Amino acid sequence: MAQYDAIIIGAGMSGLAAGIRLAMYDKKVVVLERHYVWGGLNSFYQFKGHQFDVGLHALTNYAARGARGLPLSRLLKQLRIRWDDLDLHQQGFSAVSFPGVKLKFSNEFELLRSEVARAFPQQADGFDALTRAVREFNELDLEAPQQDARPVVRRFINDPLLEDMIFCPLMYYGSAREHDMDWDQFVVMFKSIFFEGFSRPQQGVRHILKLLIDRFRKAGGELRLKTGVRRILTDGNRATGVELDNGETLTAETVLSSAGLVETERMRGQEPGAQATGKLSFTETISVLDQPAKHVGIEETIVFFSNTARFNYAQPADDVDTSSGVICMPGNFDLPSTPRDHLVRITNIANYDRWAALGSAGFQPASGAGLRPAPQAADETSAAHAGATPALPYYTAKQHWYERSCADAISHIADFRPHVTLVDMFTPRTIRHYTGHEGGAVYGSPKKLRTGATGIEGLYIIGTDQGFLGIIGAALSGISMANRWVLQRDTSAVEAT
Amino acid sequence: MTDEHIKQAIIGIIADIAPDEDTGSIDPAVRLRDQMDLDSMDFLDIVMELRKRYGVQVPDTDYQHLASLDSCVAYLRDKMAGKQLVS
Repeated sequence: MAQYDAIIIGAGMSGLAAGIRLAMYDKKVVVLERHYVWGGLNSFYQFKGHQFDVGLHALTNYAARGARGLPLSRLLKQLRIRWDDLDLHQQGFSAVSFPGVKLKFSNEFELLRSEVARAFPQQADGFDALTRAVREFNELDLEAPQQDARPVVRRFINDPLLEDMIFCPLMYYGSAREHDMDWDQFVVMFKSIFFEGFSRPQQGVRHILKLLIDRFRKAGGELRLKTGVRRILTDGNRATGVELDNGETLTAETVLSSAGLVETERMRGQEPGAQATGKLSFTETISVLDQPAKHVGIEETIVFFSNTARFNYAQPADDVDTSSGVICMPGNFDLPSTPRDHLVRITNIANYDRWAALGSAGFQPASGAGLRPAPQAADETSAAHAGATPALPYYTAKQHWYERSCADAISHIADFRPHVTLVDMFTPRTIRHYTGHEGGAVYGSPKKLRTGATGIEGLYIIGTDQGFLGIIGAALSGISMANRWVLQRDTSAVEAT
Repeated sequence: MTDEHIKQAIIGIIADIAPDEDTGSIDPAVRLRDQMDLDSMDFLDIVMELRKRYGVQVPDTDYQHLASLDSCVAYLRDKMAGKQLVS
């Protein structure tokens, strides 16, 4: 029976970051990952000779070299990573695109400010006041009372179209709640997207993961892949270790779980409350183009869109809601060299239960040919449909929704469909499979445990369900929980001895 | 350990914690926080590095003594006596 100072469940951003902190200070620490690759929600895979990222469109929270007091700078210091090592390249510009109005934004906040003043002159002062309220709010106060964001935002903005255009990117990049966000989450996302902005390494998420893995191993941490946790062991009100899927038992002083709130409760043999499971899952399509997106006429790095004036961030009744989404052109970051693959990625909100109910028959097409590019004639947009589609075999459903997704997206970007040479797509089922999140809930439970405390001593939640979101947020979650529940306890124990 | 060595020990720790900071021009009389991007999480790291490298314990209540290089030297002089500088 192996004995550790700390066991970390999940080798995503938060688990790896927590692991680095603990290993750096000579804790005996193991990170357990059920999957055969690390990364969690942010991972990567090879498909027909192409390298695709999962999860990461962009790193939010951009901070220039030497910038002070920002989340990214805090993360670099805590993990002892040099700014240059991240290899960050900024976005060109992005946009929020709704019927009849488009707001551009970039890593210079002034662009968004001037765009709002241009498109919504009556709202310009209110937007400035909202901006000040966001700037002045301390989102790091973990004990602050919960409040809804919409009523706060409506104090400053009284045009529902602008309100939804502000919410759209913030929700898509991090809200586990339908229709609204917690105000502190709104502030975190507003700062990370509009104040700080987007960037990415040339090599995408695998570059960041490689940095973390190297740092973790160098510090002496142990990573066990293909190692699922069956049960969290407790003695009275105290966590004592875990039992693995293979029956092996590991004991530890502290267990940090990035598996999610609901998933962690289940590992303790508890039945979680029904409303604790997140409702928001996504499909993502990846289209490989025969030329860079800019040559096809797409200038934006990322486009957040809705085809209806009221943006509906909620679990759809149908398999997918293609009437809103996020379109990412990874090649439109200011990269030092043109990426080998020219990609357009489209994310839409999807219904996990419907995808889960589709039969596994038809999981692969009989021909083995894979998804086909959408014919340009396939202009079946969401507007043309009323009522849910009949249940299709899984693979047929993917082809159907791939085509619908493209057809709705091209209201906002140039029609790239004639240039598509290869297609892949993942669904809520894929997310469930690779992340273990119930309901394929990308952003986890709508209930967040800001302090990480579960009520069981020695068991703490890190990552998405602690409530810091995005790649930088998740990593900072792992760091701050490792500091708070392990390292700081060591230093405060000094007084007692 | 001489006062100069204590200074070097602290500078060495800061250089590791904040690899992007220029540690060559720290004014020993001025608060570290005012010269570079160090927050409370970073001061926790300085304390943990002192323990890891030199076996020196700094209780929470004494963090204030680590404000500047000069105050570090004054506070650590007795605690670091007889220790070897770790590079």
